[in-house]
Amino acid sequence: MIENVQFKLNGKAIKITIDSDRMLLWVLRTDFGLTGTKYGCGEGICGACTVLVNNEAVRSCQTSIKEIKDKDVVTIEGLVKDGKLHPLQKAFAEHDALQCGYCTPGMIMTAASFLKKNPKPTRKDVIEGMDDNLCRCGAYNRIIQAVQSAAKKMNGGN
Amino acid sequence: MNQEKILELDFKDSRDSYLLDRREFLKVAGGGIFILFSMWDVSVFAQERQSRGRQGLPTDFNAFLKIGEDGRITLFTGKIEMGQGVITSLAQELADELDVSLDSVGMVMGDTDLCPYDMGTFGSMSTRFFGPPLRAAGAEAKRVLLELASERLNVPVKNLVVENGIVIDAKNKRDKVSYAQLAKGKKIAKHISSTVPVKRPSEFKIIGKPENRRDAVEKVTGKAKYSGDIQLAGMLYAKILRPPAHGAKLVDVDLSEARKIKDVEIIHEGELVAVLHKYPDIAETALQKIKAKYDLPKTNIDDKNIFQHLLDSKPKGEVVEKEGDVKSGEKESENIIEQTYYDGYKAHAPIEPHTAVVKIEDGKATVWASTQTPFGAKEEVAKELNIPAKNVRVIPPFLGGGFGGKSRNVQILEAARLAKLSGKPVQVAWSREEEFFLDSFRPAAIVKIKSGITKKGKINLWDYSVYFAGERGSLVFYNIPNFRTTVYGSGGRGIASAHPFATGPWRAPGNNTNTFARESQIDIMAEKAGMDPFEFRMQNLTDKKMRNVLQRAAEKFGWKHAKASSGRGYGIACGIDAGTSVAAIAEVDVNKKTGHVQVKRVVCAQDMGLAVNPEGATIQMEGCITMGMGYALKEDIHFRNGEINDLNFDTYEIPRFSWLPKIETIIIDNKEADPQGGGEPAIVVMGAVIANAIYDAVGARLFQMPMTPERILEALKKG
Repeated sequence: MIENVQFKLNGKAIKITIDSDRMLLWVLRTDFGLTGTKYGCGEGICGACTVLVNNEAVRSCQTSIKEIKDKDVVTIEGLVKDGKLHPLQKAFAEHDALQCGYCTPGMIMTAASFLKKNPKPTRKDVIEGMDDNLCRCGAYNRIIQAVQSAAKKMNGGN
Repeated sequence: MNQEKILELDFKDSRDSYLLDRREFLKVAGGGIFILFSMWDVSVFAQERQSRGRQGLPTDFNAFLKIGEDGRITLFTGKIEMGQGVITSLAQELADELDVSLDSVGMVMGDTDLCPYDMGTFGSMSTRFFGPPLRAAGAEAKRVLLELASERLNVPVKNLVVENGIVIDAKNKRDKVSYAQLAKGKKIAKHISSTVPVKRPSEFKIIGKPENRRDAVEKVTGKAKYSGDIQLAGMLYAKILRPPAHGAKLVDVDLSEARKIKDVEIIHEGELVAVLHKYPDIAETALQKIKAKYDLPKTNIDDKNIFQHLLDSKPKGEVVEKEGDVKSGEKESENIIEQTYYDGYKAHAPIEPHTAVVKIEDGKATVWASTQTPFGAKEEVAKELNIPAKNVRVIPPFLGGGFGGKSRNVQILEAARLAKLSGKPVQVAWSREEEFFLDSFRPAAIVKIKSGITKKGKINLWDYSVYFAGERGSLVFYNIPNFRTTVYGSGGRGIASAHPFATGPWRAPGNNTNTFARESQIDIMAEKAGMDPFEFRMQNLTDKKMRNVLQRAAEKFGWKHAKASSGRGYGIACGIDAGTSVAAIAEVDVNKKTGHVQVKRVVCAQDMGLAVNPEGATIQMEGCITMGMGYALKEDIHFRNGEINDLNFDTYEIPRFSWLPKIETIIIDNKEADPQGGGEPAIVVMGAVIANAIYDAVGARLFQMPMTPERILEALKKG
């Protein structure tokens, strides 16, 4: 259905007229040019398209524009604040927690939401919290390290 | 020094028709100092040439490096970055030889207009075969710069030292000149044609030091561009109608409902039916509205009877290796073990599906595509569009994983054809379903082994036949007096008639299957000999590198001798891939009720010669171990009558966080030896190390991969 939709995207107020049955993933990538959010499986299985909606990690390939009305959407591009990388982005780079990098934005967004709920996760917690995000290159081990190290930094530790 | 003369000489002298010609080169090159080099130049390659030629592997590696007038170093190479990390390790090699910081080296990769010809990025060849001439080119560049500096400073070359791109008079440190100053206003091109002395390992400053990935910041911020992220003005996204099965023929198509969607463009030419729209999701919606009728094939081939089908359609075997006499070996053996091993089709399943964007303008095509073979794609596109190859430019953005699957460029040709037919730039991005349906799978394969041991536990017979996996990893490295290795069919393409769909190289092609079979058989023999599997291997090995990696892995793991099955769930396996020797020891937990296997710990040691970037090499080992659990335990393509039943990650399960064992890696310090492969070797041992650990845990021997819970329960029943 074509309608007027309002939402917040990476901190900015957005007002658009759009077919609200369209999936957020494609609207982000094409209408807004935010290509950091990736298509991986189209069925919400792999997590490459994960973004935050009101701080919850959601699969943007399974989320229609209708569902984000008046909500706060954050993509990987919105994590950088005042030119500074988010602690998770920094930790992923420092721990080499990526290879091809294609699943990385989805991993980071899932972790961002996860750390809000569990700021001091154990290794087991991270594994459980991130288990529905797939990486084919096999960077899981380092992603766990990166998430735990970012958690420490975000809690004010070293 | 007469610079014009050098330029003239070096280009006239260049035998490489595939290098850019002189005029074109100077057009793109701008000012600065250039070193051109090719794979033909290095002696290490000469030894390899014969065997590589036989295997149909590329015999050329070309590139050039530029020292710009701003002092920046740029390497132009046809190699591409797909996660394996050459964007970092190649830059390390160059920076070290030139004595500049890693930050001052830029990489231009795979762009067919800017980089000289390269056959492709696969086979763990970038570091092994491209590294040595790259270092030589770096050393040559430094030599040229030192000569220029010597003239400029009026100081003999032997008195000059280089620090971070500044040439300094060692005796009078105030006399110095930077690479930038030396390159300013110059247009020098050198083609190295003989071996140039490179640094000794003791002189390394950057090579051999762990470095983080250089593309990480782009990738963690979402800025890194992959092919699907290329959006051009007026570009349309195309969705292509696919048949329900391989071999199905389109008989009727009704496009009326799809046409009703606003702004949709439909292209129907022969079997090609595509819908194009400025939004990919709307194109997909339109595609769903197409009604099509197909004639379905009746092959009755499925994932169960495929092995018999393959054996029935096997090509003539080729004995690739032979020693002694297998007949007398059999006679003299105390125990003969005869086994057959099976391996099913595997998908590459990179998280980024095949994608391409093609723009045609004034008879020239520009292509952005996820491809491991940009130069191959250039030729293919030229043929498809019927234009000269020089009018095609392929630019590979970052690749979201390749693993061999992106050496096939089907999606690029689809985009090219649609761009031509529509007259607009077109993006073709396969859906996950298309990625599975159209993948060139790792081939299903069979290995038959007849082996024998003496009373003392010495392997005395090894008669090895591999069907459809190919030669890689099939050669004998144990000490066996009587052996024969027969290869039926290559592991790649060219035997398409036997397979019901496309097959192709998959990370360490063939070696995963061969190592699974060989190392399982070794364990079976060890048990027959009444020996611990580690001890049995050592008793039958004199290869120093292999003995060393086994020893180091065993020490780290804390291996204690015991005959299988000990109930501990420990497995061991070793192999050679791309010149690297690798040994792994795993600990698994097997749930006897459900058949579920949890890999708890993997220790892996490898000798890869010089590890240019130990950090990158470690990441690759971890990646291999993680990815390898997938083909060992779960990954299998189910199909029937040309229909692929696994079309997404719900049924085609790949390793995930919860599968993760504790991983410990060891890279043998072997700086004096030439660098060997790093992106593939550690994956080859994963099938056998898990199979042997399962047997040690519960006494169930698995002869087929993947070792699914069902197969494990079945093997448990057999006892």
